[in-house]
Amino acid sequence: MAHVEPVPTLYGLMAEFETPTALVSAATKARLEGYRHMDAYSPIPIEELNEALGLGRTKVPLITLIGGILGGIGGYTLEYWSQAIAYPMNVGGRPYHSWPHFIPVTFETTVLGAALACFVGMWMLNKLPMPYHPVFDVEAFTRASRDRFFLCIESTDPRFDRHSTSKFLESLHPVGVSDVAP
Amino acid sequence: MADSMEDHLPGSSVPARVMPEVIAPGHTFQSVTDKISGIVLTKRTPIGWVLGFAVAFVFLMLMNATIGYLLVTGIGIFGNNVPVGWAFPIINFVWWIGIGHAGTLISAILLLFRQPWRTSINRFAEAMTLFAVACAAMFPLLHTGRPWLAAYWLFPYPNSMGLWPQFRSPLIWDVFAVSTYFTVSLLFWDTGLVPDLATLRDRAQSRFAKVTYGVLSLGWRGSARHWQRYETAYLLLAGISTPLVLSVHSIVSFDFAVSVIPGWHSTIFPPYFVAGAIYSGFAMVMTLAIPLRKFYGLEDFVTMRHIHNMTKIMLVTGMIVAYGYANEAFFAWYSGNPYEGYMMYNRMTGPYAVYYWSLISINAVMIQLFWFRRVRDNIALLFVLSLLVNVGMWLERFIIIITSLSRDFLPSSWDMFHPTSWDFALFAGTIGLFLSLFFLFVRLLPAIAMFEMRTIVPEAKLQAEHH
Repeated sequence: MAHVEPVPTLYGLMAEFETPTALVSAATKARLEGYRHMDAYSPIPIEELNEALGLGRTKVPLITLIGGILGGIGGYTLEYWSQAIAYPMNVGGRPYHSWPHFIPVTFETTVLGAALACFVGMWMLNKLPMPYHPVFDVEAFTRASRDRFFLCIESTDPRFDRHSTSKFLESLHPVGVSDVAP
Repeated sequence: MADSMEDHLPGSSVPARVMPEVIAPGHTFQSVTDKISGIVLTKRTPIGWVLGFAVAFVFLMLMNATIGYLLVTGIGIFGNNVPVGWAFPIINFVWWIGIGHAGTLISAILLLFRQPWRTSINRFAEAMTLFAVACAAMFPLLHTGRPWLAAYWLFPYPNSMGLWPQFRSPLIWDVFAVSTYFTVSLLFWDTGLVPDLATLRDRAQSRFAKVTYGVLSLGWRGSARHWQRYETAYLLLAGISTPLVLSVHSIVSFDFAVSVIPGWHSTIFPPYFVAGAIYSGFAMVMTLAIPLRKFYGLEDFVTMRHIHNMTKIMLVTGMIVAYGYANEAFFAWYSGNPYEGYMMYNRMTGPYAVYYWSLISINAVMIQLFWFRRVRDNIALLFVLSLLVNVGMWLERFIIIITSLSRDFLPSSWDMFHPTSWDFALFAGTIGLFLSLFFLFVRLLPAIAMFEMRTIVPEAKLQAEHH
């Protein structure tokens, strides 16, 4: 490797806020300022942040749909194959392929497939489990799961500059601004 | 929705009755989090918890002993006999699985209907669901006597005999319904727990607690990107669980309705069973919520509003169940079928009549008390009534299963059913398992969803900006 990336000295800068309103307004302003590589951290889900941070649609519903379809096809195929091909058995004179009887299990496997896909898909898209993350090193961050709201502008952002970004964050009237070590 | 109407009646001279809020005034992000996490993170285990857990644990050991004896002896230790092949194991299965339904109703259906009062009771109601379904699932397995031999006709796996489950039977649908229900409930519950586990990780003092909750919380950090996917997934799981919960007890009712036994072969069964399940489930939520809020001082979170709403749901679903009883009696007469007619006559006047009239007096008559506001305000009375509802719903399943099986078409094959002490031991044992799990849950995990409680405090509302 001839080209060596300079080691970043910071993961980013993190501003701490007291209310969800302050966080949403800070995120909106940061986006207007041109920052893109940033994330907000909050103890509650805040729908308005999706717009403020310019988050797109999630793929979770699509993954869930695919899981459900696969589950349904899988369940029905299992029933058809086992009842009509693998071990055909006459039960009460009903046809081997007695599809109305196959519906309840098909429904259950559809639900199961959708739920498993939804659960696994959501955590994988979130890249969790991830036991360690640089933001955990910020002392005040333990309150991100209780009563404080954080906005972190990451050093990978093209507009990131330690001094001007810090100044910008200060202008949002945070409780404090801290460095996030990489 | 209905409650906000009750708060203020516009243009009416009737004084508005004040309904308590879903959370007492004055709470903040901090106070909600500290109060709920404090129950778990304290080093001091309350003596009441220790005593309660000890009693539950004794019954859990009784369950283990009974299962051990059952597995070495066979199901001859139970009172099941030739006409009454289902008896206690299936009564208890249906009873437990019904109780489980309230948890999913609260966590999923009320979420879709945007009922904010679900927030403070959903977590422990979901836990109740899981534990109740675990208790339920044991009964059909143990009822086979040799569960390890039953595996090939219960679960589809390539066995050496090349045999497959018989998918035209509702009993196999039941295996799929119950196992799917348990899995989906577990995923839903775990998803809801993760942000709260992160809170416990951040607030824990001891290293052991920090690491344990840290591992369980998957490294949750409350990122907005995560929250967005999380909320979507949570809503989707709720949407998926809603038809699921309705399907589970419908399929349980198919176990009966698809057969030709008098009293079972009826189209009212699926809705009647689902309503009964929700009814008994809410009774169990009430039975657990009343001591829980009292003992841990959670009256601010589980307010009288919750108690009232749960009572009203019990009233509605109880009335549907009562309608089911009336409908069964009507069709026994209207069908003109002598076997159906005798089934009902036997229920009302036969050897098990005392249980039939007990269940009618609880599920059809006693619940009329819930119409009265004075009753809905009386916590001690509600606790007793909710216990009675559980008894009533157990008796309902007893009557459905025992009276129909003990006297069917052919009088020469009639026989009485008498439960043995092992029948009662296993039933009491599963109550012990249920309560032991619940005690552990309350001690080790947040019994109320903290992050969801934080969303309903006034601070969580975004303010208009003044700049």
